[in-house]
Amino acid sequence: MASASPSSLPPLDITRAPEGGEIGPVRSGWRLALREFASNRLAVIGVAVLAFFVLLCFVGPLFYHANLVTSNLNIANSPPGAGHPLGTDNEGIDVLGEIMKGGQASLEIGFLAAIVAIVVGALYGAISGLAGGLLDSALMRVVDVLLSIPFLFVVLIVAVRYGASVLSLSLILGGFTWLVPARLVRGEVLSLKVRDFVAAARTAGATPWRLINRHLLPNAISVIIVNVTFNVADAILAVAYLGFLGFGLHYPNYDWGDLLSNGTNYMLDGYWWLIYPVGFCIIATVMACNLIGDALRDALDVRLRRR
Amino acid sequence: MTAYLIRRCGTSVIILIGISIFVFGLLHIVYPSPARVVLGPRASLVAIAAWNAAHGFGGSVFAQYWHYVDGVLHGNLGYSFKLNQSVAALFKERWLLSAYLSGTSLVLSVLIAIPLGIYQAVKRNTAGDNVSTSLAFIAYAMPDYLLYLIAIQVFALTFKIFSYQASQSNSLITVVGDWREMTLPIVCMTVLVLAGYSRYMRSAAMDTLAQDYIKVCRAKGLPERLVLFRHLTRNACLPMITLVGLSIPTLLSGNLIAEVVFNYNGLGLLFYNSLQNEDYPILLAYTLVGAVLTVLGNLMADIALTVADPRIRLA
Repeated sequence: MASASPSSLPPLDITRAPEGGEIGPVRSGWRLALREFASNRLAVIGVAVLAFFVLLCFVGPLFYHANLVTSNLNIANSPPGAGHPLGTDNEGIDVLGEIMKGGQASLEIGFLAAIVAIVVGALYGAISGLAGGLLDSALMRVVDVLLSIPFLFVVLIVAVRYGASVLSLSLILGGFTWLVPARLVRGEVLSLKVRDFVAAARTAGATPWRLINRHLLPNAISVIIVNVTFNVADAILAVAYLGFLGFGLHYPNYDWGDLLSNGTNYMLDGYWWLIYPVGFCIIATVMACNLIGDALRDALDVRLRRR
Repeated sequence: MTAYLIRRCGTSVIILIGISIFVFGLLHIVYPSPARVVLGPRASLVAIAAWNAAHGFGGSVFAQYWHYVDGVLHGNLGYSFKLNQSVAALFKERWLLSAYLSGTSLVLSVLIAIPLGIYQAVKRNTAGDNVSTSLAFIAYAMPDYLLYLIAIQVFALTFKIFSYQASQSNSLITVVGDWREMTLPIVCMTVLVLAGYSRYMRSAAMDTLAQDYIKVCRAKGLPERLVLFRHLTRNACLPMITLVGLSIPTLLSGNLIAEVVFNYNGLGLLFYNSLQNEDYPILLAYTLVGAVLTVLGNLMADIALTVADPRIRLA
């Protein structure tokens, strides 16, 4: 090597890449993505905010005991003060306690709906992409049909007809939000299934189920993870709409949307503590999910890296 | 290109058939037959069977589906037995009002989103970009009605500039004239739609800015004004065409909330009242209309894209 190069040039240093870039220790894609994610300030804030609300709603009630059962009209609509950090509502029930309980429902529905959507969407997309041909077009036309239907309308109709609970709302919302993940996973699978490692797995006798489970979905995982966060945000917002229109959870269960909708009845009276704290919770949680999703997409998409 | 358009229209027809099956299926499941409600609890089984047969609720599921599709194709969207009026007549009274609200907001958001997105991309990471991007992010994460209510609180109650409810007239001309009543609903809806659009426009403009041909334009000494207006804008707007077509379901849902908050007598308010009455023919007819509008919107967006983008036309 050195003998081949002209003697006027310094000997080639193999620890340096040709353009002068340094060769660092080889890191796995996940480590790189994690570092990229952690270097995104907004993403870290998003994770912190989401963690804060999860802790507030699920761990908070263990330390903050509020009476959410019996009403006390003597202290109805009292502003924030001693004993009630965020005031009380029209029945004299502590608002902070209600926000914690409502947040449990909102977050549970958000995460459950996202999990349903991702599991259904990923499997559907993977099957469609792997099958190809006529079955693929038929399955994708079903997705096209469902995507054209305004999903809030159908969710409202089903909620009116069959009633709403945390589980049923999660299933309905999940049942209508798996479409976009299905399309994205299918796209990934279409490009993955022609690669050599899939051919090798096939040659080794892998069944289609094993192909999907062990080879295709793990490689499409970045698309899936990014979508989970957006789905959580969308589901929390959709439930807030249902609560506002009066077709959400039934008392004694409620979510942030129900609380906000109840608070808006007292807008003219100036009871701001019934509106803005819970409104802030919804906006902050949804924003946190969106920020995490954006950052994950940037971190996991190699093409966008170093932009 | 003709082949592409024919194929594209064929897909739309298949999707429309799928939508009709879905909506009919849902209607069939949640609202099998209103005979008992219409004829009363003491009606005989014979009378109910006769009523069902006369109104297309009898026979096999396929016969009922055919009756439904036949009706829809002839402009019969169903009959609301609760209001004792045909759904088509109810829609006919109100659709112009909803179209005015959504259409104005849509046009305004597109007109603002394009320059705003380009501004954000060109001035990336400056104070102006950061502030507008953050505001868009907040509006995007906000439940629609919260923004409406804050706007009502500020602009209608604290400062009595605009009215807290939309125009109550049923005539479009009067509604357009009632600017004090219509400003808040239109501006708020525009802000919400804009929040979604500007994010896409910003990233589309950023992608286009990174292209080599923009470098060439600058290298050959073109003034920045020409680079932006003549070369960047046209290419950066292409994703917007698709986005507008795709956003019709969101627009209809947004319309629903806006009309409920501002008590505006359009299709959204009709849908909300029908939800409370459990008037399923109206609910599913509106769902059908929304889905068909979405398919048509996507089709038109794709056709517009072929006209606007020669790469698709020639491929």
